[in-house]
Amino acid sequence: MRYLPLTDADRAEMLGAIGVADIDALFADIPLDKRLTDLPSLPLAQSEMAVERKLAALAARNVSAGSVPFFVGAGAYRHHVPATVDHLIQRSEFLTSYTPYQPEVSQGTLQVLFEFQSQVARLTGMEVANASMYDGSTGTAEAVLMAHRITRRNKAVVSGGLHPHYRGVTRTVSEMAGDRVDTLDPDPTGTEDILARIDGETSCVVVQSPSFYGHLVDLRPIAEKAHAVGALLIAVFTEVMALGLIEPPGAQGADIVVGEGQSLGNPLTFGGPYVGLFATREKFVRQMPGRLCGETVDADGKRGFVLTLSTREQHIRRDKATSNICTNSGLCCLAFSIHMTLLGETGLTRLARLNHANAVKLAGLLETVPGVEVLNRTFFNEFTIRVRRNATDVVQALADRGVLGGVPARRLEPKHPWLDDLIVVASTEVNTDEDRAAFSAALKEVLA
Amino acid sequence: MTMNREGRPTAPAATKDAGVSPTFTGNRALDIEEKLIFEVGRLDVTGVDVEDPGSFQDRLGGHARKAPIDLPGLTEPEAMRHYVRLSRQNYAIDLGLYPLGSCTMKHNPRLNEKMARLPGFADVHPLQPLSTVPGAIDLVAELGRWLLELTGMASVAMSPKAGAHGEYCGMAAIKAAIAAKGETRPIVLVPESAHGTNPATAAALGFKVVPVPARADGTVDPAEVRKLLSPDVAAIMLTNPNTCGLFERDIVEIAEAVHAAGAYFYADGANFNAIVGKVRPGDLGVDAMHINLHKTFSTPHGGGGPGAGPVVLSEKLAPFAPVPFVRFNPDGSGEFVETRKQAGDTATPFGRITAFHGQMGMFVRALTYMMSHGADGLRQASEDAVLSANYIKARLSDVMTVAFPERPAMHEVLFDDRFLDGTGVTTLDFAKAMIDEGYHPMTMYFPLVVHGAMLIEPTESESKQSLDQFIGTLRHLAEKAKAGEVESFKAAPRLAPRKRLDETRAARQPKLAWSEPTTPKAEAAE
Amino acid sequence: MAKFFTKDHEWLSVDGNVATVGITDYAQQQLGDVVFVELPEVGKAVTKGGEAAVVESVKAASEVYAPVSGTVTDVNAALAENPATVNEAPETEGWFVRIELSDEGELAELMDEAAYRAYVDTL
Repeated sequence: MRYLPLTDADRAEMLGAIGVADIDALFADIPLDKRLTDLPSLPLAQSEMAVERKLAALAARNVSAGSVPFFVGAGAYRHHVPATVDHLIQRSEFLTSYTPYQPEVSQGTLQVLFEFQSQVARLTGMEVANASMYDGSTGTAEAVLMAHRITRRNKAVVSGGLHPHYRGVTRTVSEMAGDRVDTLDPDPTGTEDILARIDGETSCVVVQSPSFYGHLVDLRPIAEKAHAVGALLIAVFTEVMALGLIEPPGAQGADIVVGEGQSLGNPLTFGGPYVGLFATREKFVRQMPGRLCGETVDADGKRGFVLTLSTREQHIRRDKATSNICTNSGLCCLAFSIHMTLLGETGLTRLARLNHANAVKLAGLLETVPGVEVLNRTFFNEFTIRVRRNATDVVQALADRGVLGGVPARRLEPKHPWLDDLIVVASTEVNTDEDRAAFSAALKEVLA
Repeated sequence: MTMNREGRPTAPAATKDAGVSPTFTGNRALDIEEKLIFEVGRLDVTGVDVEDPGSFQDRLGGHARKAPIDLPGLTEPEAMRHYVRLSRQNYAIDLGLYPLGSCTMKHNPRLNEKMARLPGFADVHPLQPLSTVPGAIDLVAELGRWLLELTGMASVAMSPKAGAHGEYCGMAAIKAAIAAKGETRPIVLVPESAHGTNPATAAALGFKVVPVPARADGTVDPAEVRKLLSPDVAAIMLTNPNTCGLFERDIVEIAEAVHAAGAYFYADGANFNAIVGKVRPGDLGVDAMHINLHKTFSTPHGGGGPGAGPVVLSEKLAPFAPVPFVRFNPDGSGEFVETRKQAGDTATPFGRITAFHGQMGMFVRALTYMMSHGADGLRQASEDAVLSANYIKARLSDVMTVAFPERPAMHEVLFDDRFLDGTGVTTLDFAKAMIDEGYHPMTMYFPLVVHGAMLIEPTESESKQSLDQFIGTLRHLAEKAKAGEVESFKAAPRLAPRKRLDETRAARQPKLAWSEPTTPKAEAAE
Repeated sequence: MAKFFTKDHEWLSVDGNVATVGITDYAQQQLGDVVFVELPEVGKAVTKGGEAAVVESVKAASEVYAPVSGTVTDVNAALAENPATVNEAPETEGWFVRIELSDEGELAELMDEAAYRAYVDTL
């Protein structure tokens, strides 16, 4: 077996040094009647070539996003990732290292985390960010728990513009903890009145901008109302690219900002692994979940970095920890940070503008298709269309014509039949004019 | 007050540098110092050329950003150097033996990386029509089948993003199952030697944690468990092999007692790598267990993540698995159940714990690893891991103190600091001295049940030559400590990119993001 | 002023019916460098044996228990800025809270200095 360096001679010698007759002597504590002798239903070892052949055949059965006109978003976005990013994250020293608990031999990872935290803080307009969460959805649920700890209340008011999966995770985690969630109805038109739901029992208000349906939300009045009753504003995003063009949530009064960072540096990969971004005000830092990297000096006075404020975390605080999380999305946040560094503010601004331009073009084009209505007055690179037909059927018919044309809202909102004819559509920098033309032509055909 | 840790210095003592005289650059040949991107980058520089869309009527409705973000950029050659230089300051499995107990730093085959990057896996969207991703669904189902075969369990929830997330998933299923019976059981039993995630998970689900003491040989006594069981107990969370590197030999008796009390048995599968192909948790009475794909099945640790933590469930818990999950059809094919509605009458999912379907990128890597090894290779890997740990134990037991010598070690061996008594050298010093010898330290001060713990896990990826050099190094260090060479330990590491870091300062005055240094002028004005 | 000690390594010095509470020199040595102290709000009612504060080093977080029942009348806010005081002067400037006693009888259950020193010697 190509991955196992010990030879039979080594094994015999080692057993001798231990002083046992055979390997099973070392498994003596496993009850004899429970020990396995065989796993007949599983195949035996295979060569690299054989494994590659089988997996490549599986992969070939999927329609990859790059092979078709592609307009699927709704929480995960196809962007161009520079070749440099994937090369660097495969450096052995990044790929095959552990959590940087031994800072003297982990400064590479630690400095990256410090830079990542700084980048996220600036992007979101906040003071501090952690070293990342699993993804935007778990980050959102953790933000709600954090708000409860700070306000010592337990009711979250959740916008109907929040990604339905994020809402689902938040509700599950809240129910399990015995907390309350007041959820507004899905808001495809971007017209909900969330202010009316905020009261003296509210711990936090959870609002996504751009919303699941693509609308840009003015967070200021929501922050004002929340703060007036002693609640916090949790601002959420699923498309971090938007922050290159729109006003950061921190500038609009958000207390905690969480979101999905997949768009920078990370491929779609069917939903994971992704990277949850999590930022807040300095005064709340001790209630934050997740790892934090901080600056310090070594014994010679040289600048260096360490994981810090660990007493918040499970390995020290155990049942009193701020979260049970024991990891961050290390390699994904490295990819995020490299991509962000390559872009810089100049590149990010240009790229965000190109995304918006492409979405504006697409909206303009789809609006000319008979039977299609664009519901958004505002959007970044994603918006919602009404097709006055069953959207699931329409999206399937588009797929049959070789166009991946968005996500039917009902797929994520099965309980709301009135969303039946809505499709959430995204256009990023990867789409060409030809892609958009193909989409609108196919849609015209399907709706005819 | 409680005192749950041995106090140990977290601010380094000043040391005399007996090394090379300083260089002009601060660099030392191949070791090159690298500043922060905020110090080397420029706001007007970018490493990505982006086409200009020209002018157009925006639809931002007045939400456009008004102030700069203040994010520096680097061109591609600069970025390449920045990250390559940083990478060289990290230890890595690919550099040498990485004996972190409980972390399983085994070789990460590169075929796994190559497969995960196939466009059919890497470039598919989680919300594409399912008709366009049959290969992805089959891959998830196939991995699920391997996990069920290896664990002897009934069902698997694939969406948990990491081990701790898997714990949450399994314990939430237990909570839902208890609620479905109309019971309230507020207590979860957790052995003292458990990972911190176990009590943290139980607490996040609203349970009260009651610790189970370890007996003198480092394992859990079924009699102690029986004493603590009551109609108020929801579950026991037990790691097996446990964090002392021992197999809980009374596991069947414990499981039976737990079940007799109407409670569930959650197994922390962090150490499953010791027993793959040797015994199936399902045969031992386990109701739920997460599997750390990044430990047992070699998906890369990546400097702290991402992991993946699918949870296998018993027949009793299977209906409560969260959405989305894979349902196996009678013909053996799998299908995705994405919503409670689709789950139909056969299942009552407790909810959702993440967006989308789970860590697909990790699934591809783990399945690649499993297929490469096959049933025979997986079993051999477990045996080699256990053999290597016991070899280290046997070869070091005369110079270091094995915490629980009477039982065979599994994939890792636990030492305590009795062998350092009277030397003035602590576990921390000993570990830092290993760095100068070219090794990453072992896990230290965990588990909490012994003093000055040193937990060593060599994994199956080491040759005998490599193990012998490691053993020789630890023997040398142990003898050096006993010979009174305390000073060299206190100064260690001397040869790493940094000497000991001042963790006290980092925690007392947290600096968590970069800010412009205050200029002398501004200071003068204050 | 009478000074008392607990087996959990808290000290208290009693002036009238107000006790000043902190952790002992032995405790700070065991903890290592203190980096953060979480104090209760003034006015909070505490019960003997209940959590009154949290003291953190880099690697540990420890609860400080109220050695007596009563009401918190004052906290040492200076510790927020300078937690190192707990290491430097644990039994003087490094005090944590002042508690107005609700049951002076509880004092009888505590150790005096000599008894505490003897107890520490056994550890």
